[in-house]
Amino acid sequence: MIFKAVLRVVSKLLIPPIMLFALYVQFHGDFGPGGGFQAGVIFASAFILYALIFGIDNARKVAPAWATRTLLSLGLVLYAGVGVAGIFLGGSFLDYSVLAEDPVIGQHLGITLIEFGVGATVSGAMITIFFIFAHQDG
Amino acid sequence: MAVTALALVRLRNLFAVVMLAGMFSLLAAVLYVVLDAVDVAFTEAAVGAGITTVLLLGTLALTTSEEKAAPRKTLAPLLLVVATGAVLIYGTMDMPRYGDPNAPIHRHVAPYYLERTGPDTGLPNVVTAVLASYRGYDTLGEVAVIFTAAVGVLVLIGRSRRPRKKRQPADKKKAAQ
Repeated sequence: MIFKAVLRVVSKLLIPPIMLFALYVQFHGDFGPGGGFQAGVIFASAFILYALIFGIDNARKVAPAWATRTLLSLGLVLYAGVGVAGIFLGGSFLDYSVLAEDPVIGQHLGITLIEFGVGATVSGAMITIFFIFAHQDG
Repeated sequence: MAVTALALVRLRNLFAVVMLAGMFSLLAAVLYVVLDAVDVAFTEAAVGAGITTVLLLGTLALTTSEEKAAPRKTLAPLLLVVATGAVLIYGTMDMPRYGDPNAPIHRHVAPYYLERTGPDTGLPNVVTAVLASYRGYDTLGEVAVIFTAAVGVLVLIGRSRRPRKKRQPADKKKAAQ
Protein backbone atom coordinates (compact mmCIF):
# COMPACT_ATOMS: atom_id res chain seq x y z
CA MET A 1 0.00 0.00 0.00
CA ILE A 2 3.05 2.24 -0.24
CA PHE A 3 1.80 4.04 -3.35
CA LYS A 4 -1.67 5.06 -2.15
CA ALA A 5 -1.11 8.78 -1.70
CA VAL A 6 -4.56 9.53 -0.26
CA LEU A 7 -4.34 6.79 2.34
CA ARG A 8 -0.86 7.89 3.38
CA VAL A 9 -1.79 11.54 3.79
CA VAL A 10 -5.05 10.85 5.58
CA SER A 11 -3.49 8.34 7.95
CA LYS A 12 -0.66 10.75 8.72
CA LEU A 13 -3.30 13.33 9.60
CA LEU A 14 -5.31 10.86 11.66
CA ILE A 15 -2.65 9.10 13.72
CA PRO A 16 -1.80 12.01 16.07
CA PRO A 17 -5.47 12.72 16.93
CA ILE A 18 -6.04 8.98 17.49
CA MET A 19 -3.18 8.82 20.00
CA LEU A 20 -4.31 12.04 21.65
CA PHE A 21 -7.84 10.67 21.90
CA ALA A 22 -6.47 7.50 23.47
CA LEU A 23 -4.70 9.54 26.14
CA TYR A 24 -7.89 11.57 26.67
CA VAL A 25 -9.90 8.37 27.12
CA GLN A 26 -7.19 7.06 29.45
CA PHE A 27 -7.03 10.00 31.83
CA HIS A 28 -10.60 11.18 31.51
CA GLY A 29 -12.00 7.74 32.26
CA ASP A 30 -12.64 8.77 35.86
CA PHE A 31 -15.08 11.42 34.74
CA GLY A 32 -16.63 10.21 31.51
CA PRO A 33 -17.00 6.90 29.75
CA GLY A 34 -13.75 5.14 29.02
CA GLY A 35 -10.75 3.85 30.88
CA GLY A 36 -7.65 1.76 30.47
CA PHE A 37 -9.12 -1.00 28.31
CA GLN A 38 -10.60 1.28 25.68
CA ALA A 39 -7.63 3.65 25.73
CA GLY A 40 -5.18 0.80 25.26
CA VAL A 41 -7.09 -0.50 22.26
CA ILE A 42 -7.35 2.94 20.66
CA PHE A 43 -3.65 3.59 21.27
CA ALA A 44 -2.77 0.26 19.68
CA SER A 45 -5.04 0.99 16.72
CA ALA A 46 -2.88 4.01 15.87
CA PHE A 47 0.15 1.71 15.53
CA ILE A 48 -1.88 -0.86 13.60
CA LEU A 49 -3.08 1.82 11.16
CA TYR A 50 0.51 2.92 10.66
CA ALA A 51 1.59 -0.66 10.05
CA LEU A 52 -1.23 -1.23 7.55
CA ILE A 53 -0.41 1.86 5.49
CA PHE A 54 3.37 2.12 5.73
CA GLY A 55 4.27 -1.54 6.07
CA ILE A 56 5.16 -3.73 9.01
CA ASP A 57 8.89 -3.12 8.79
CA ASN A 58 8.53 0.64 9.15
CA ALA A 59 6.10 0.17 12.03
CA ARG A 60 8.59 -2.16 13.70
CA LYS A 61 11.11 0.67 13.64
CA VAL A 62 8.65 2.92 15.46
CA ALA A 63 7.61 0.26 17.99
CA PRO A 64 10.37 -2.34 18.27
CA ALA A 65 9.67 -5.72 19.82
CA TRP A 66 11.43 -4.98 23.09
CA ALA A 67 9.40 -1.78 23.54
CA THR A 68 6.00 -3.42 23.08
CA ARG A 69 6.98 -6.38 25.26
CA THR A 70 8.20 -4.05 27.99
CA LEU A 71 4.97 -2.08 27.75
CA LEU A 72 3.02 -5.33 27.96
CA SER A 73 4.74 -6.47 31.14
CA LEU A 74 5.10 -3.03 32.72
CA GLY A 75 1.33 -2.53 32.84
CA LEU A 76 0.72 -5.71 34.83
CA VAL A 77 3.67 -4.97 37.12
CA LEU A 78 2.36 -1.44 37.73
CA TYR A 79 -1.10 -2.76 38.56
CA ALA A 80 0.16 -5.44 40.94
CA GLY A 81 2.76 -3.01 42.32
CA VAL A 82 0.04 -0.56 43.34
CA GLY A 83 -1.64 -3.46 45.14
CA VAL A 84 1.56 -4.44 46.94
CA ALA A 85 2.27 -0.80 47.78
CA GLY A 86 -1.07 -0.81 49.59
CA ILE A 87 0.16 -3.69 51.77
CA PHE A 88 3.42 -1.93 52.62
CA LEU A 89 1.61 1.27 53.53
CA GLY A 90 -0.50 -0.56 56.07
CA GLY A 91 -3.61 -1.45 54.12
CA SER A 92 -4.72 -4.60 52.36
CA PHE A 93 -3.87 -5.67 48.79
CA LEU A 94 -5.26 -3.17 46.25
CA ASP A 95 -6.47 -0.86 49.01
CA TYR A 96 -5.85 2.60 47.54
CA SER A 97 -7.02 4.58 50.57
CA VAL A 98 -3.60 4.36 52.24
CA LEU A 99 -1.67 5.66 49.21
CA ALA A 100 -2.12 9.30 50.26
CA GLU A 101 -2.91 11.25 53.43
CA ASP A 102 -6.51 11.68 52.41
CA PRO A 103 -8.29 8.40 51.55
CA VAL A 104 -10.24 10.03 48.71
CA ILE A 105 -7.06 11.34 47.08
CA GLY A 106 -5.46 7.94 47.65
CA GLN A 107 -8.35 6.23 45.89
CA HIS A 108 -8.08 8.67 43.03
CA LEU A 109 -4.33 8.15 42.72
CA GLY A 110 -4.67 4.38 42.88
CA ILE A 111 -7.39 4.28 40.25
CA THR A 112 -5.42 6.54 37.90
CA LEU A 113 -2.31 4.39 38.32
CA ILE A 114 -3.99 1.05 37.79
CA GLU A 115 -5.97 2.38 34.82
CA PHE A 116 -2.64 3.40 33.35
CA GLY A 117 -1.34 -0.11 33.98
CA VAL A 118 -4.40 -1.58 32.28
CA GLY A 119 -3.92 0.72 29.29
CA ALA A 120 -0.22 -0.15 28.98
CA THR A 121 -0.84 -3.89 29.10
CA VAL A 122 -3.78 -3.80 26.69
CA SER A 123 -2.01 -1.65 24.11
CA GLY A 124 1.19 -3.68 24.44
CA ALA A 125 -0.74 -6.91 24.01
CA MET A 126 -2.70 -5.67 20.99
CA ILE A 127 0.38 -4.31 19.20
CA THR A 128 2.36 -7.48 19.94
CA ILE A 129 -0.38 -9.82 18.76
CA PHE A 130 -1.00 -7.80 15.61
CA PHE A 131 2.68 -7.66 14.66
CA ILE A 132 3.09 -11.38 15.24
CA PHE A 133 0.06 -12.16 13.09
CA ALA A 134 1.09 -9.72 10.39
CA HIS A 135 4.73 -10.63 10.15
CA GLN A 136 5.28 -13.85 12.10
CA ASP A 137 7.98 -12.01 14.00
CA GLY A 138 7.34 -10.85 17.53
CA MET B 1 -28.52 -7.84 13.90
CA ALA B 2 -30.60 -10.90 13.05
CA VAL B 3 -30.05 -10.31 9.33
CA THR B 4 -26.30 -9.95 9.88
CA ALA B 5 -26.20 -13.15 11.94
CA LEU B 6 -28.08 -15.11 9.26
CA ALA B 7 -25.76 -13.79 6.56
CA LEU B 8 -22.78 -14.77 8.72
CA VAL B 9 -24.00 -18.36 8.88
CA ARG B 10 -24.78 -18.62 5.18
CA LEU B 11 -21.68 -17.01 3.67
CA ARG B 12 -18.73 -19.14 2.58
CA ASN B 13 -16.29 -16.30 1.84
CA LEU B 14 -14.49 -15.71 5.12
CA PHE B 15 -13.44 -12.18 4.13
CA ALA B 16 -17.09 -11.13 3.96
CA VAL B 17 -17.75 -13.04 7.18
CA VAL B 18 -15.09 -11.04 9.02
CA MET B 19 -16.54 -7.76 7.76
CA LEU B 20 -20.05 -8.81 8.77
CA ALA B 21 -18.80 -9.85 12.22
CA GLY B 22 -17.40 -6.35 12.62
CA MET B 23 -20.78 -4.93 11.62
CA PHE B 24 -22.47 -7.21 14.12
CA SER B 25 -20.21 -5.86 16.87
CA LEU B 26 -20.93 -2.30 15.86
CA LEU B 27 -24.68 -2.98 15.96
CA ALA B 28 -24.24 -4.52 19.40
CA ALA B 29 -22.40 -1.36 20.48
CA VAL B 30 -25.33 0.74 19.24
CA LEU B 31 -27.67 -1.49 21.24
CA TYR B 32 -25.57 -0.90 24.38
CA VAL B 33 -25.74 2.86 23.82
CA VAL B 34 -29.52 2.60 23.55
CA LEU B 35 -29.51 0.71 26.87
CA ASP B 36 -27.39 3.53 28.44
CA ALA B 37 -24.33 1.29 28.96
CA VAL B 38 -21.87 3.73 27.42
CA ASP B 39 -18.70 2.13 28.82
CA VAL B 40 -19.62 -1.31 27.51
CA ALA B 41 -20.56 0.15 24.13
CA PHE B 42 -17.20 1.92 23.96
CA THR B 43 -15.36 -1.33 24.63
CA GLU B 44 -17.49 -3.28 22.18
CA ALA B 45 -16.92 -0.76 19.40
CA ALA B 46 -13.16 -0.55 20.00
CA VAL B 47 -12.41 -4.21 20.65
CA GLY B 48 -15.20 -6.10 18.87
CA ALA B 49 -15.56 -3.98 15.76
CA GLY B 50 -12.01 -2.65 15.56
CA ILE B 51 -9.21 -4.82 16.83
CA THR B 52 -10.94 -8.17 16.39
CA THR B 53 -11.67 -7.44 12.74
CA VAL B 54 -8.05 -6.49 12.08
CA LEU B 55 -6.74 -9.58 13.88
CA LEU B 56 -9.14 -11.86 11.99
CA LEU B 57 -8.02 -10.29 8.70
CA GLY B 58 -4.43 -10.95 9.74
CA THR B 59 -5.35 -14.57 10.41
CA LEU B 60 -6.99 -14.82 6.98
CA ALA B 61 -3.79 -13.54 5.39
CA LEU B 62 -1.93 -16.37 7.14
CA THR B 63 -4.45 -19.09 6.27
CA THR B 64 -7.11 -19.10 3.57
CA SER B 65 -10.16 -16.98 2.91
CA GLU B 66 -12.56 -19.69 1.74
CA GLU B 67 -14.46 -21.92 4.11
CA LYS B 68 -14.49 -25.63 3.33
CA ALA B 69 -17.92 -27.03 2.53
CA ALA B 70 -19.43 -28.58 5.63
CA PRO B 71 -20.63 -32.19 5.61
CA ARG B 72 -24.39 -32.37 5.23
CA LYS B 73 -25.39 -33.19 8.77
CA THR B 74 -27.13 -30.03 9.82
CA LEU B 75 -30.38 -31.24 11.43
CA ALA B 76 -29.13 -32.24 14.90
CA PRO B 77 -27.11 -29.03 15.50
CA LEU B 78 -30.09 -26.99 14.29
CA LEU B 79 -32.41 -28.74 16.74
CA LEU B 80 -29.90 -28.19 19.56
CA VAL B 81 -29.59 -24.49 18.75
CA VAL B 82 -33.37 -24.05 18.55
CA ALA B 83 -33.85 -25.88 21.86
CA THR B 84 -31.18 -23.78 23.59
CA GLY B 85 -32.66 -20.59 22.18
CA ALA B 86 -36.13 -21.59 23.36
CA VAL B 87 -34.82 -22.30 26.88
CA LEU B 88 -33.03 -18.94 26.97
CA ILE B 89 -36.12 -17.07 25.81
CA TYR B 90 -38.18 -18.98 28.41
CA GLY B 91 -35.61 -17.84 30.99
CA THR B 92 -36.15 -14.19 30.09
CA MET B 93 -39.86 -14.52 30.95
CA ASP B 94 -39.00 -14.39 34.65
CA MET B 95 -36.72 -11.39 34.32
CA PRO B 96 -37.94 -8.16 35.85
CA ARG B 97 -39.00 -5.37 33.52
CA TYR B 98 -36.09 -3.28 32.16
CA GLY B 99 -35.31 -0.44 34.58
CA ASP B 100 -37.50 -1.82 37.36
CA PRO B 101 -36.08 -0.29 40.59
CA ASN B 102 -37.19 -3.32 42.64
CA ALA B 103 -35.26 -5.81 40.52
CA PRO B 104 -32.82 -7.91 42.58
CA ILE B 105 -29.81 -6.50 40.72
CA HIS B 106 -30.73 -2.99 41.87
CA ARG B 107 -31.23 -3.98 45.50
CA HIS B 108 -28.11 -6.03 46.22
CA VAL B 109 -24.81 -4.07 46.11
CA ALA B 110 -25.70 -1.47 43.48
CA PRO B 111 -27.15 1.06 45.99
CA TYR B 112 -23.99 0.77 48.10
CA TYR B 113 -21.80 1.52 45.09
CA LEU B 114 -24.00 4.40 43.99
CA GLU B 115 -24.05 5.97 47.46
CA ARG B 116 -20.42 5.38 48.46
CA THR B 117 -18.60 6.12 45.17
CA GLY B 118 -18.81 9.88 45.67
CA PRO B 119 -17.61 10.00 49.32
CA ASP B 120 -15.09 7.13 48.93
CA THR B 121 -13.36 7.94 45.68
CA GLY B 122 -14.57 11.35 44.57
CA LEU B 123 -15.20 10.04 41.05
CA PRO B 124 -18.29 10.96 39.05
CA ASN B 125 -18.07 7.80 36.90
CA VAL B 126 -19.39 4.95 39.02
CA VAL B 127 -18.41 2.35 36.40
CA THR B 128 -14.74 3.28 36.67
CA ALA B 129 -14.90 3.28 40.48
CA VAL B 130 -16.46 -0.18 40.59
CA LEU B 131 -14.09 -1.54 37.97
CA ALA B 132 -10.88 -0.16 39.41
CA SER B 133 -11.53 0.11 43.13
CA TYR B 134 -14.34 -2.04 44.51
CA ARG B 135 -13.68 -4.87 42.07
CA GLY B 136 -9.94 -4.28 41.77
CA TYR B 137 -9.10 -7.97 42.10
CA ASP B 138 -11.28 -8.87 39.12
CA THR B 139 -9.72 -6.21 36.95
CA LEU B 140 -6.24 -7.37 37.95
CA GLY B 141 -7.29 -10.83 36.82
CA GLU B 142 -8.54 -9.45 33.50
CA VAL B 143 -5.25 -7.67 32.88
CA ALA B 144 -3.41 -10.89 33.71
CA VAL B 145 -5.60 -12.72 31.18
CA ILE B 146 -4.73 -10.23 28.43
CA PHE B 147 -1.05 -10.45 29.37
CA THR B 148 -1.23 -14.24 29.26
CA ALA B 149 -2.95 -14.14 25.86
CA ALA B 150 -0.20 -11.98 24.38
CA VAL B 151 2.52 -14.17 25.91
CA GLY B 152 0.74 -17.26 24.58
CA VAL B 153 0.67 -15.85 21.04
CA LEU B 154 4.34 -14.91 21.38
CA VAL B 155 5.33 -18.38 22.47
CA LEU B 156 3.15 -20.23 19.95
CA ILE B 157 3.81 -18.40 16.68
CA GLY B 158 6.13 -15.53 17.53
CA ARG B 159 9.33 -17.51 17.17
CA SER B 160 8.92 -19.20 13.81
CA ARG B 161 11.35 -16.83 12.06
CA ARG B 162 14.18 -17.56 14.48
CA PRO B 163 17.25 -19.44 13.21
CA ARG B 164 16.60 -23.16 13.48
CA LYS B 165 19.51 -25.22 14.69
CA LYS B 166 18.62 -27.87 17.20
CA ARG B 167 14.90 -27.79 16.57
CA GLN B 168 14.76 -29.67 13.27
CA PRO B 169 12.60 -32.61 14.44
CA ALA B 170 9.99 -30.30 15.93
CA ASP B 171 9.90 -28.24 12.76
CA LYS B 172 9.42 -31.32 10.62
CA LYS B 173 6.48 -32.30 12.76
CA LYS B 174 5.03 -28.84 12.26
CA ALA B 175 5.45 -29.11 8.51
CA ALA B 176 3.75 -32.52 8.50
CA GLN B 177 0.68 -31.07 10.12
